[in-house]
Amino acid sequence: MATYSTNEFRGGLKIMLDGDPYVIVENEFVKPGKGQAFNRVRVRNLKTARVVEKTFKSGDTVEAADVHDTQMQYLYNDGELWHFMDQESFEQITADAAVVGDAAKWIKEQDICNLTLWNGVPISVEPPNFVVLVITETDPGLKGDTSGGGGKPATLETGAVVRVPLFVQIGERIKVDTRSGEYVSRA
Amino acid sequence: MSAPWQPSATRAVLAARASLLARIRAFFAAAGVMEVETPIASRAGATDLALEGLRTACPGLGAEPWALWLQTSPEFPMKRLLAAGAGPIYQICKVFRGGERGRRHHPEFTLLEWYRPGWDYRRLLDEVAELVRFALDRPGLGVERLTYRQAFLDRFGLDPLSADAETLGLAAREQGGAGADELVLDADGWLDLLLTQGVEPGLGRGRLSFLIDYPASQAALARIRADARPPVAERFELYLDGMELANGFTELTDAAEQRRRFQSDLERRAISGREAPPIDEALLAALEAGLPECAGVALGVDRLLMIATGSEHIDQVLAFPVERA
Repeated sequence: MATYSTNEFRGGLKIMLDGDPYVIVENEFVKPGKGQAFNRVRVRNLKTARVVEKTFKSGDTVEAADVHDTQMQYLYNDGELWHFMDQESFEQITADAAVVGDAAKWIKEQDICNLTLWNGVPISVEPPNFVVLVITETDPGLKGDTSGGGGKPATLETGAVVRVPLFVQIGERIKVDTRSGEYVSRA
Repeated sequence: MSAPWQPSATRAVLAARASLLARIRAFFAAAGVMEVETPIASRAGATDLALEGLRTACPGLGAEPWALWLQTSPEFPMKRLLAAGAGPIYQICKVFRGGERGRRHHPEFTLLEWYRPGWDYRRLLDEVAELVRFALDRPGLGVERLTYRQAFLDRFGLDPLSADAETLGLAAREQGGAGADELVLDADGWLDLLLTQGVEPGLGRGRLSFLIDYPASQAALARIRADARPPVAERFELYLDGMELANGFTELTDAAEQRRRFQSDLERRAISGREAPPIDEALLAALEAGLPECAGVALGVDRLLMIATGSEHIDQVLAFPVERA
């Protein structure tokens, strides 16, 4: 079992805490001149994304988390599970709704997603930063608007709802930034 | 090794270091304190449990290379100079502490240490304030004196001199955000955690804060005050901008007590399997010959420079931090 000493702590290091994988967001070494040294860290739970603080005695060790990110192609949803494929090995894995989370409302078949695997099992799915999707439903739009002062809600083929300019219509393809959930342009 | 060759400090900060050192030397010249130099590498080391010395080996002195310890502070040889009648002395030197790296820590750093024969910690504390005001050119900087006990009473409502490890641990866990649930510490460890987490950040805000009268268990090389109940160490720490800058004592002059503290350190080191450097017998001999009653203080020059230049990270005031050294 691989371990890390607090001396190796730095942002990005993946460690196990209370049975869950975490990533170190921030590490601060604190020590009174004549006293005990501590490492105060902010860590993000890789399953829940919750950020918590933790204090270690300097020199203590923690178990390393076998976590890595990998690019995989989204194949299809069988009604319950999302299926992904490694494009080099053609190996397939599945993820459930809890793991796919918000990514579900952005991804379409063929999209390349970033999967975080813990001991080989996906724990989170990130959609591509930008996706192109067709509008399936939106208000027909009011006359003469050109430059999108107000905007209107539009439902996309994946079910996501984004605000779009008034001139954008049903059936059009638009580009969306999945990190902010905002309309970028027509595509 | 792909570290950049360039310094991590700007030229302006390098210049600020030069001028800070010049001001410190001018201050002591005017105060009649003599600058001295003592060995950086010594056959004896610091036994202090809070310090991790670095060891090196010097060939050419005998059949086998000599094991030499890089100083964690120049305290022992400076006390030998005091016992030999040097009078008031100061030193600016490099010191080395393993296991210390962070925004305010670097394993090699510059320490200013000075001693005042015939003074106690309270009188020295006033001179520390004067030096810092002069070095930073901030003559109006006010001074606050706060006992360690009062600081804990104010902040946590508990008495650090009498609370047991369990009570202290409970307080630390309740401080919120500490994430200390699984820590196993003794009373002093919890005090250190509470201090760094809850007390230090608020100290030295727009003034010089001196935390004074430490628990006797944290005396290090300070004299214990006989008149106080419970006893406290005649020790102070200076804070500015929430950062520990200096640590001073009325120095322990009792050779027998000093030997007891060294031996207790070594026993505790042995229990936890840590390296035990040889006790400085020359220091003990000097104490036996007679160290004048005196007060001494060590001040982190790099941290003072961080404050002078508004730097957030110690690397900003070092030409070449260890990763580039």
